[in-house]
Amino acid sequence: MVHTEEMNAIDDAEAAKRRALRSGWSARRAMVSEFWFYFSENKGAVIGLVVFLLLVAVALLAPLLSPHSPTFQDRNALLLPPFWQEGGRTAYLLGTDAVGRDILSRLIYGARFSLFIGVVVVTVALTGGILIGLIAGFFRGWIDIVIMRVMDVILAFPSLLLALVLVAILGPGLVNAMIAIALVLQPHFVRLTRASVMTEKSKDYVVAARVAGAGPIRLMTKTILPNCLAPLIVQGTLSFSNAILDAAALGFLGMGAQPPTPEWGTMLAEAREFIQSAWWVVTFPGLAILVTVLAINLVGDGLRDALDPKLKRS
Amino acid sequence: MILKSTIRTLALGVSLAAMMAGAASAKTLVYCSEGSPEGFDPALYTAGTTFDASSKPVYNRLVEFKRGTTDVVPGLAESWDVSDDGLEYTFHLRPGVKFHTTDFFTPGREFNADDVVFSFERQLKDDNPYHSYVEGASWEYFNGMSMPDLVESIEKVDDMTVKFKLTRPEAPFIANMAMDFASIFSKEYADQLAENGQEAQLNQQPIGTGPFQFVAYQPDAVIRYKAFADYWNGKQPIDDLVFAITTDNAVRQQKLLAGECHVMPYPNPADVQGLKDNPDINVMQQEGLNVGYLAYNTKMPPFDNPKVRKALNMAINKQAILDAVFQGAGQAAKNPIPPTMWSYNDDVKDDPYDPEAAKKMLEEEGVSDLSMKIWAMPVQRPYNPNARRMAELLQSDFDKVGVKAEIVSYEWGEYLERSKAEDRDGAVLLGWTGDNGDPDNFLAVLLGCDGVGGSNRAQWCYEPFEKLIQEAKVKGSQEERVPLYKEAQVVFKEQAPWATIAHSVVFMPMAKNVTGYVMDPLGGHWFDGVDIEE
Amino acid sequence: MFRFILQRVGLLIPTFIGVSIVAFAFIRLLPGDPIVLLAGERGLTPERYAELRQTFGYDQPLVMQYLNYLWGILHGDLGVSTVTKRGVLSEFLTRFPATLELSFCAIVLATAIGIPAGVFAAVKRGSWFDQSIMGTALVGYSMPIFWWGLLLIILFSGTWHLTPVSGRIDLIYYFKPVTGFMLIDSLLSGQEGAFRSAVSHLILPTVVLATIPLAVIARQTRSAMLEVLGEDYVRTARAKGLEPLRVVGLHALRNALIPVITVIGLQVGVLLAGAILTETIFSWPGIGKWMVDSVFRRDYPVVQGGLLLIAGLVMVVNLIVDLLYGLINPRIRHN
Repeated sequence: MVHTEEMNAIDDAEAAKRRALRSGWSARRAMVSEFWFYFSENKGAVIGLVVFLLLVAVALLAPLLSPHSPTFQDRNALLLPPFWQEGGRTAYLLGTDAVGRDILSRLIYGARFSLFIGVVVVTVALTGGILIGLIAGFFRGWIDIVIMRVMDVILAFPSLLLALVLVAILGPGLVNAMIAIALVLQPHFVRLTRASVMTEKSKDYVVAARVAGAGPIRLMTKTILPNCLAPLIVQGTLSFSNAILDAAALGFLGMGAQPPTPEWGTMLAEAREFIQSAWWVVTFPGLAILVTVLAINLVGDGLRDALDPKLKRS
Repeated sequence: MILKSTIRTLALGVSLAAMMAGAASAKTLVYCSEGSPEGFDPALYTAGTTFDASSKPVYNRLVEFKRGTTDVVPGLAESWDVSDDGLEYTFHLRPGVKFHTTDFFTPGREFNADDVVFSFERQLKDDNPYHSYVEGASWEYFNGMSMPDLVESIEKVDDMTVKFKLTRPEAPFIANMAMDFASIFSKEYADQLAENGQEAQLNQQPIGTGPFQFVAYQPDAVIRYKAFADYWNGKQPIDDLVFAITTDNAVRQQKLLAGECHVMPYPNPADVQGLKDNPDINVMQQEGLNVGYLAYNTKMPPFDNPKVRKALNMAINKQAILDAVFQGAGQAAKNPIPPTMWSYNDDVKDDPYDPEAAKKMLEEEGVSDLSMKIWAMPVQRPYNPNARRMAELLQSDFDKVGVKAEIVSYEWGEYLERSKAEDRDGAVLLGWTGDNGDPDNFLAVLLGCDGVGGSNRAQWCYEPFEKLIQEAKVKGSQEERVPLYKEAQVVFKEQAPWATIAHSVVFMPMAKNVTGYVMDPLGGHWFDGVDIEE
Repeated sequence: MFRFILQRVGLLIPTFIGVSIVAFAFIRLLPGDPIVLLAGERGLTPERYAELRQTFGYDQPLVMQYLNYLWGILHGDLGVSTVTKRGVLSEFLTRFPATLELSFCAIVLATAIGIPAGVFAAVKRGSWFDQSIMGTALVGYSMPIFWWGLLLIILFSGTWHLTPVSGRIDLIYYFKPVTGFMLIDSLLSGQEGAFRSAVSHLILPTVVLATIPLAVIARQTRSAMLEVLGEDYVRTARAKGLEPLRVVGLHALRNALIPVITVIGLQVGVLLAGAILTETIFSWPGIGKWMVDSVFRRDYPVVQGGLLLIAGLVMVVNLIVDLLYGLINPRIRHN
């Protein structure tokens, strides 16, 4: 008897847990499907997403997709035009550069760098920004004042100029360029997080959680943060495309990734001398940057529409 | 469409206006220069871009380099005597030389000894009012050529005679007097500026005796000169000289092709062939007065053995380096001085590229499993456009003879400092660009015993070589010095303290109708004697 | 109101001090001893090295160097360029008009096209017109402008020979700069064709620099318009049968413009960053190119002074926008 009772009790508890889980899960699923509903309404966003996913696939499968090594120099095929032009070869679909490297392969590998830059910069800027923003918004007082003044200082410089000087200090290179760009982008996250924290902090559910005895760290991470995620995600996408653009600009100025890295901006910088003689060396890397950034911005627009309830209605 | 046709009308209007202006007014030569001058007092600076805009058009020197050579010929001094002990140089000045008359200065007298004394004393003497007339004036070249130690005094003998007293005999002194820092200024102008408290203008609005006089400078955009009507050597064939400052190579080339300028320096090597094929463009070329080298540390075993160094030299495929690093804009170097310099020894035979023989030689010397470092500088230099790439090629060349090489690099300033160390580990890629066209400026500075632990990166002090260059240094005449330097090059080649790699080749594209342009082996750009055929 | 202004200006002071510390610290952190670099392969004797350190003031402790620097700033002395030996401020001022002229033309172009495009897109919401405008705007917003500039040069200058390659005016025109603005100076000079030449030189750089602000303004105008168009009073006006153009022009646009003006003001930083790339590509003799060149030449005082001046400029413009916004919208003031 006792035994079965116990068993029953356990069964009940399990069932309740499962039920709770299921309802939580279905709530989440409902949220996701609602989000997807709004997101998929925006055709541009869906196209952007598809292009972006394709780019991710290209980046991941670069060694399989690229016909040549990105650094292999074919001494017998310098500055070949794309295959459809006279003198072009099908072995080099988009032609070759000044030292006989296949442009298509370099573009494919370049996708890795650009996406990598985007991911790293956004991760660093987002984590740093959220952390600092949470601290500023939650504790207020002099910590807040100091943090916000420092952010003001960073924001007072045009971002590219600041990144340029930072890279000049750290030494030209991809890693330093990423650090510089992350630093320049992170005040936006700080400001956003801080503002959201300040509005959320006074809301009932937070007050309730605090009364129930939740500590500050728990309050910040478990209660407040999930509720300010939407603007952060939108800002994150924006920063993703900004990071790619800025890194390419730095590469173009000779301060980003260094040759022979097949980073698109660096490729453009190397190609500059050929704007007279070989249009393809200049055109394709720029086009690649544009398409990538455009795709991400389209997704960003879609995300904003789907996540921001106010804009959703209008 | 509307926009497009408007633009076309505009462009048409502009080119029509240009034609009309061209017909009505004077002959103008436009030079698309590669950068802004730092200022207009050449003695303050060391950059060629600054000299092109200041010392070359505006000023003269006591002696000048004969155009297209490194030979020294009379300039503002008609002649000079050297005392027998080599310690006194007496310059006899050219009479009747006029300074420029502009809207900011009207000269009251002709050129005389006071101007010469002023031009040098301001650099030499701390108490000269012009010694620090701009903040941070450091007279870099005057100091760099050791003039403060060398020159004891500068005396005005009479209005037309100046005497330099030296502390030691130094044959290259006369070539130094042809360098940009030795440009002659107007003392009258300087005094006038000092009276008005406008000393800094000396560096902004130059007055000289040169073929062109300064008209105006808009920073980063354009410098204007006009031909000096009373130039002592006759008025120039062109009337106006314009420097259109265009830093980007590709844009510079666009402008040349579009007819927006007549002459441009430093084309992209990749575009040179296209320019040569263009019927409207004439491309001149010449070896630069520089050398790029790999300096072994001759104090560290096994590189203290000349045979080992020689073997490594034979392992280097120079042609591959010229193709990949210089992209055709380079010439293999066999001597430590460039071929445009007097006393260049063309009889010296270069080490052949022969990895097999090299390998054997190393084995004979008992060198096996050698691993070494190759230092590659982080910056682009005229004598080495891409040290990193060069080092990679050397690495694979050495690998073929069983030598493992590791490439190291430091930040440029640190690189220069660290490579000086006598116990440096590894061979260092570096180079040198000539200052005054004198072989002493290469051989003594880079390979003399005084330079060990400093500019002599091979740490190479070899008695027979040192004797030759020291003897050549104190000999008065060029004829006596030539055989000594030729012999020194033979000794150098036998001992192989460096692998001499390349001299750059400089290209000068210009419009077909530009005549009389002569390339300067010292790398300067001169426009006296240049004309435009109608 | 006065309190509001005072408060905003007061906030600027710590930021400015922060900016000056950053500018100062950056330069001390740059790698490479400037004096060693100055000498290059030629090298220096130790005595000469010590002498030069003293000349440039690098031998003093950092704090002293900073205080000297701050003292100099307060007296309008931003140091002397190690390259040209001229004052940083005067170097800045000779180049600034070029950047101002270019930025001004770019912002005028961006506003003149961006606002109408945004308004029409909002009014015709969902139409193909709206979609193509917004699509184009997003392309513009995503544009790597350094590439865009090169592309335009290849097409307009290289292939079609419609516009000059670089510079501010054709070299055959020469006149003393009066205002520093080429458009005005060329008119003042009275030389025939000079103004046209100046305009033709401005076209491509302006288009390139205006691209991103144009996209931002168009997008912002559209969304601000949409918001206003959805509000009651506009609906009422519409319901009353007022002419649509009147509704849009008079009622909606006026209210929608407030956030748009803010956005235009905030484009100043964007423009200055864009000027770095645009001026580099077109050899435009402005401060963007000056800064890039100076970073590469390691002209410390110029990088330092330039950073400070540019940041100061951005701060002042942002302050003005802020104050204007407060003036229009009293709610901000009392916050």
